[in-house]
Amino acid sequence: MIWLVIPVIVLVMMTIGAAIYAVVSKNLLYAVVSTGVVSLGLSLMFFILQAPDVALTEAAIGVALTTIIFIITIRNTTIKECCDEKKSKIESKKGELK
Amino acid sequence: MIKQFFVILILSIVGYFLVDAFFKVPFGEKRDNVGNYYIEKSPVDLKVSNSVTAIVVNYRGFDTLGEVTVLFLAATGLGSIMYRRKQKGEKEVRAKNPSSRIIQIGSQILFPMIILLGGYVFIHGHLSPGGGFQGGAIIATASLLMLISYRKFKVSHNAITWIESIAGVVFASLGFIGLVLGRTFLENFLPTGELNDLLSGGIIGIIYIAVGFKVASELTGVIDTVLLNNRPEAQKEN
Repeated sequence: MIWLVIPVIVLVMMTIGAAIYAVVSKNLLYAVVSTGVVSLGLSLMFFILQAPDVALTEAAIGVALTTIIFIITIRNTTIKECCDEKKSKIESKKGELK
Repeated sequence: MIKQFFVILILSIVGYFLVDAFFKVPFGEKRDNVGNYYIEKSPVDLKVSNSVTAIVVNYRGFDTLGEVTVLFLAATGLGSIMYRRKQKGEKEVRAKNPSSRIIQIGSQILFPMIILLGGYVFIHGHLSPGGGFQGGAIIATASLLMLISYRKFKVSHNAITWIESIAGVVFASLGFIGLVLGRTFLENFLPTGELNDLLSGGIIGIIYIAVGFKVASELTGVIDTVLLNNRPEAQKEN
């Protein structure tokens, strides 16, 4: 059974790491790509845990379609979470005043 | 400060109930519930070897019709929000630069294979893992590949609308035929055939093929709508 546990642990580590990076990253493109990595890890885990139906859906929808739609959205808006550090400080001050 | 306090309060309430429900689930105990019924009955009654398909299309077929309707409404709503009239002399361009030769040739090789895989997945939905939704999503990724590698690859929205409507009408009318010939909506009125045969399961195969076409055309339409309707002023800023 140990041969089954090791890839699952590696997958879980990869998925959690990618999820944390998606939250922390300031560049939205990197964040979207790492959410795609999260979906990839999830679909592989579904496959290992004997749910191939869900794995197929997750691979097609989560990895390909959602990532592409987010990338198109980023192309039409801005790539940084906050464009300017000074601007963000001013906005946070305004928030405190309110 | 008060806002953060409320956020933490609400999160802790939700978390308490989630953890509470999680620890009330008995693990490792034998439970005789409805799942066993489906697993035992679907190969015998319906002659369907994939129990998940038997549940999704036959036992819970009405829910699937609702899901298909939700997807249709989502695609239609997105189309109506994103629709923008073309200004005079404006060309519909998806990308500024053409993609590289490697991507173009590679997508030409991969496109028929992905279409074949998607078709296989939804035609064999009652025999192997997968089904209409999965196969449709796979075919949509194939058309996405062509859309991002060729600037001039066009998807006919008329054809998409027609495929979508015919598939939906086939699904609903099969349900009504079951209501007329049998007792309930979506009742199986065709012969079920042999287990593990391609022509087994009665109406399940036909419904999954219809769902596959519907999902594929809807997701392709969504991607094409989103890709075409760029805001040109936003691109200039970048």
